[in-house]
Amino acid sequence: MSSNRIFLLVGGFVFYLVVQVVLLKNMVLFGTSFCFLYVFFILLLPIEMKTIPIMLIAFAMGIGIDIFYDTIGIHTASLVALAFLRNTWLNTLTPTGGYDENLTPSLLNLGLGWYVSYSLPLILIHHGLFFFIESLGTNLFLPVVQKIIGSAIFAFLMSIIVQLLFYRRRRGI
Amino acid sequence: MQSILLFLYRIRVFLIFVFLETIAVYLIVSNNSQQGSVFFNSSNRLSGNILNTQNNIIEYFSLSSVNKSLVEKNAELLSELENYRQRNESNFIEIDSSFVTGFQFKGAKVINNSINLSQNFITLNKGSKDGIKEGMGVFNEEGVVGRIKGVTANYSSVISLLHIELLVSSKIVSNEVFGSTKWDGRDPKFAKLLYVPRHVVVKEGDQVVTSGYNAIFPEGIPIGTIVEVKPGLETNYLDITIELATDFTRLSYVYLVENEQTEEINLLNQSKESVDE
Repeated sequence: MSSNRIFLLVGGFVFYLVVQVVLLKNMVLFGTSFCFLYVFFILLLPIEMKTIPIMLIAFAMGIGIDIFYDTIGIHTASLVALAFLRNTWLNTLTPTGGYDENLTPSLLNLGLGWYVSYSLPLILIHHGLFFFIESLGTNLFLPVVQKIIGSAIFAFLMSIIVQLLFYRRRRGI
Repeated sequence: MQSILLFLYRIRVFLIFVFLETIAVYLIVSNNSQQGSVFFNSSNRLSGNILNTQNNIIEYFSLSSVNKSLVEKNAELLSELENYRQRNESNFIEIDSSFVTGFQFKGAKVINNSINLSQNFITLNKGSKDGIKEGMGVFNEEGVVGRIKGVTANYSSVISLLHIELLVSSKIVSNEVFGSTKWDGRDPKFAKLLYVPRHVVVKEGDQVVTSGYNAIFPEGIPIGTIVEVKPGLETNYLDITIELATDFTRLSYVYLVENEQTEEINLLNQSKESVDE
């Protein structure tokens, strides 16, 4: 891995973390739709990256987010689960002819249809886990489902905007 | 032996996944107590500093409403003070020591707040250096806000009233009936008043205030207004919904209260329990 790639990785990590806790933390639409944009840092890591490093990055990211949200462990648990499932899901979705080398699994590189089937299920799993653990001890069902679906849609739309603005075709952030 | 190691190597990804998840679950469970370590939350030094800087910027946008509520509170306190002022023309009687309340008040600024989760916490910009201790009550000019959970040198974290496990001992003003206020995790504007028996007549519009029984809050700090009374589904208690007096969406400055007699009261309760045994 070249030093340039490492720089992009560390820079992206800090950037997503800071944006999440400083800007997006207070942005909750209608009291139900949270914007967990940091999930897309894990989703948009290069395709050939191995699962173990991804899980370790997810763990560090989760702890960082948890400290600011005062939800210690909850973001971590759901993000590590997402990181664990990510590569298996990528393999399932391999297009005919396989992926190109050094590719970012993003909207610009692989098209909208592929991107929706890649990111939406994973976001739903992450958000489902997060809000389920978070609401343990209450007997709320409908509000939790509202939060899961609302937040997933919000985060997905934000990710499309962010990718159109800040990502380049073929290369990572 | 070799085949076992090979097998473990083959499932290494899964093993590391289980290991990391175990750590996360341990963190969740260990954080679930109402008073605990505060290293891994927003009141530690690094995150506290970042949140403080962020709040210093955002604060300017709410200055006018903060000023307004402070002026209102000032006016209220001044008029109250007028009643206690010693007058020259009347006789003055020394108050007996049994009327000494023993409550100490402090002020602090909210630098981090959440309202939309089911377990919400607030971070304040004062810590043990300023004499903040675990278990102090937190309120503002509108009503009850929460209770201190943990303290570091410069910051402290508060269990918000919008936390599904926090109970606040409360009473209905008009008929002096006691109950416990608890949030149900739905709407940050409403909470439930628990343990009010069915035979009690409760009217909509009645005020609910702190009872002063749990020695955290002094008596009479507003909690909210009753908006709905229903018979409980299966229990012997009424299902009462109250509209919270505090607007948690725009918390900026809060007061902290410490009961200097807490230890004495706790000691008394303990000795009472040992007699029961």
